[in-house]
Amino acid sequence: MHTLLREAGNGFIPPSSADFDFPPIFGNSILFTKPVLMVFLSVIIAASFFIASSRKAAIVPSKLQYAGESVYTFIRNELGRDVIGPEFMRFVPFLFSLFVFILVNNVFGVIPLLQFPTMSHIGFPVGVTIFSYICYHYVAIKKHGLGKYLKDICFMPGIPKPVYLILTPVELLTYLVTRPLTLSMRLFANMFAGHLLLLVFTLGGEYLLMSGILLKFLSIFSFGLAIGLSFFELGIQCLQAYIFTLLTALYIAGALADEH
Amino acid sequence: MISRFEFLSAGEGASPVVPKPAEIIVGFIAFGILFFLLRTRAVPKFEKAYKDRTEAIQGGLERAEIAQREASQALTMYQAQLADARGEAAKLRDEARVEGAAILEQMRTSAQEEASRITAAARASIDAERQQAYNALITQVGAIATDLASKIVGEALDDQARQSRVVERFLEDMEKAK
Repeated sequence: MHTLLREAGNGFIPPSSADFDFPPIFGNSILFTKPVLMVFLSVIIAASFFIASSRKAAIVPSKLQYAGESVYTFIRNELGRDVIGPEFMRFVPFLFSLFVFILVNNVFGVIPLLQFPTMSHIGFPVGVTIFSYICYHYVAIKKHGLGKYLKDICFMPGIPKPVYLILTPVELLTYLVTRPLTLSMRLFANMFAGHLLLLVFTLGGEYLLMSGILLKFLSIFSFGLAIGLSFFELGIQCLQAYIFTLLTALYIAGALADEH
Repeated sequence: MISRFEFLSAGEGASPVVPKPAEIIVGFIAFGILFFLLRTRAVPKFEKAYKDRTEAIQGGLERAEIAQREASQALTMYQAQLADARGEAAKLRDEARVEGAAILEQMRTSAQEEASRITAAARASIDAERQQAYNALITQVGAIATDLASKIVGEALDDQARQSRVVERFLEDMEKAK
């Protein structure tokens, strides 16, 4: 597209949200776009890796098993046991899948050839958030009953009555709207911005390389920065996967707690 | 110069913050599949590995502890047995010594008793014989004296020669009587 536009005689065109749109690969089917295929690819990668690494379940782990176990142990102990508490084992498979799914899809952003973080399409974070949303509400309702759960949200105990005028809407909004919204928005926006940033420096470098002799040298800096930022992005991609999982764990822990 | 955004927005003007329903569904389903796979295939295996490992380590420690305990028990038992055996031996030695001394003492006493008994018996038989001899002697001496006196009285004891003849005859008679 860029080459096309450039040939049309335009100057440098900065990347925009339009760069996140991919045409269908086959015909008009909306199900066969690059991001959709990548999401399924991530499922295949993650599932096969963890199933393969856990298959033997040996006491003395192989390198593969050790690698898989390290990720699993991290989520199980740091996010499950330490955040949720005694009942954590019920939620470990969910938290583990959550982290792995988001991580793989995020890291696609710096994998050569793929180079697109699928979570920068907000539909995918929303799809995952629905799981978290259902999960923490379901847990709370099952534990406390619907009536008590709603009462706990709307009327936080130990607060002077007039304050409820402000607090009740805020709390309701938090539990029902803000939490899922921020959960998916945070992930989406980070991946979107990160990818845009990389696009700016790679496309900028490309443009400079195509320009005059002096600017060709400058493209080195642009590409260099793009590479450096890729590593930075890798960090953010891992961090965002962690944050999403951590927040879900916290919400579940809150739902299990006796009082909010 | 038209901006790139305007150029493209003519065709696909979707804002990036508005989710596409198809992608929500795909995200939901894809995550659901992964969740199902990991939950049924990976997590139980990881947990099994944990459990096995914990058991292996704990089992090993417990086994070592048991072995240690058994070894120390055996050691104390052997030491006790050894001490018992030593005590037993010492006791046996003491007993033997005491018994030996007793046997010795007993033998000595019985020997002494035997000796004194033999001595006493000898003495008694000597006494008896002496008594017998004495009794016999008394009767004989009486008879002899009477005999002698009757002879002396019967004969005239007037001279020395006769006297001595009488005595000599008497003695000869005695010799013959013997």
